[in-house]
Amino acid sequence: MVLSAADKSNVKACWGKIGSHAGEYGAEALERTFCSFPTTKTYFPHFDLSHGSAQVKAHGQKVADALTQAVAHMDDLPTAMSALSDLHAYKLRVDPVNFKFLSHCLLVTLACHHPAEFTPAVHASLDKFFSAVSTVLTSKYR
Amino acid sequence: MGFLSAEEKGLVNGLWGKVNVDEVGGEALGRLLVVYPWTQRFFQSFGDLSSADAIMSNSKVKAHGKKVLNSFSDGLKNIDDLKGAFAKLSELHCDKLHVDPENFRLLGNVLVCVLAHHFGHDFNPQVQAAFQKVVAGVANALAHKYH
Repeated sequence: MVLSAADKSNVKACWGKIGSHAGEYGAEALERTFCSFPTTKTYFPHFDLSHGSAQVKAHGQKVADALTQAVAHMDDLPTAMSALSDLHAYKLRVDPVNFKFLSHCLLVTLACHHPAEFTPAVHASLDKFFSAVSTVLTSKYR
Repeated sequence: MGFLSAEEKGLVNGLWGKVNVDEVGGEALGRLLVVYPWTQRFFQSFGDLSSADAIMSNSKVKAHGKKVLNSFSDGLKNIDDLKGAFAKLSELHCDKLHVDPENFRLLGNVLVCVLAHHFGHDFNPQVQAAFQKVVAGVANALAHKYH
C-alpha cells in the first residue's frame, strides 16, 4: 500500500485545515476509542479516563503532534517516526489491532468536525495515511 | 439486558429515525468501494467504478446501497435477535455470494463514518459506541451461518 501524490496532497490539505484544533481532535478521538472499544482502556490503567480528563487532553495533544510530524514527513515515515516506532515496539507494546480502532475514531472525529473536507477521496487518503503510520509504529514489533 | 441497554436503544433509534436510509445506503456503499477498492471485486457488473466521482454517482451503486441499508434498517427492528433476523441473508452471503465476512465489518465502519459526517456533533462518543455495537452485531449475525 503506497501513498500516491494525490493522497499526500489530500492529507496535507486536510491536516492544514485542522490547524490548532489538532490536539482537541486527538483527545476526542481517544475518548471515542475508549468509549467504543473498551478493551483499549487496558493500556491506560494509570489514567483518569472520564470526560474532560486533563490526562486524556494531554495525551491527545501528544498523538496529534506526532501525526503533524508524520504529515510533514510523508515521504519518509520510517525515518521520521523511528523513535516512536522503537517506543511502541519495546516499551508500550500496544497490540496492533488497537491502531485500527484509534485510526477509525480519528476518521470519525474529522468527519464530525470537517464535513466539507471529508469527501470520499479524502476519507480514502486519510485512511491510507493512518494505516501507513500504524504500520510504521508496529514495524519493529518482531 | 439484551444486546443493547435501554439507553443505547434510545440513542440508536433516536438517530436512526433521522436517517435518510436510501441516501445513506448509497453513500456508505460508495465510500466502501472508494476507500477499500478491493471490495469492488463483488461488483464487476456495476459499470464505471474508475474514480471516486464515478463510484459515488453510479446508479447501480446507489440502488444496491439502498437495498443493503434497508435490510440493515429492518434488522434494527429485531435488535435483540440479530442472528435470527439475518439467518437467511447469512446463508445467502456464504453459499451464493461468497462474501468474506470481513467486508461486513468494513461496511459497518464506513457506515459509522457516514453517520458522523451527516450528524456532526450529534454523533457524540456515546452514540458512536452504541452504533459500533450495532454494526458489530449485524456483521457477526451475517457471518453466523458461514461454513
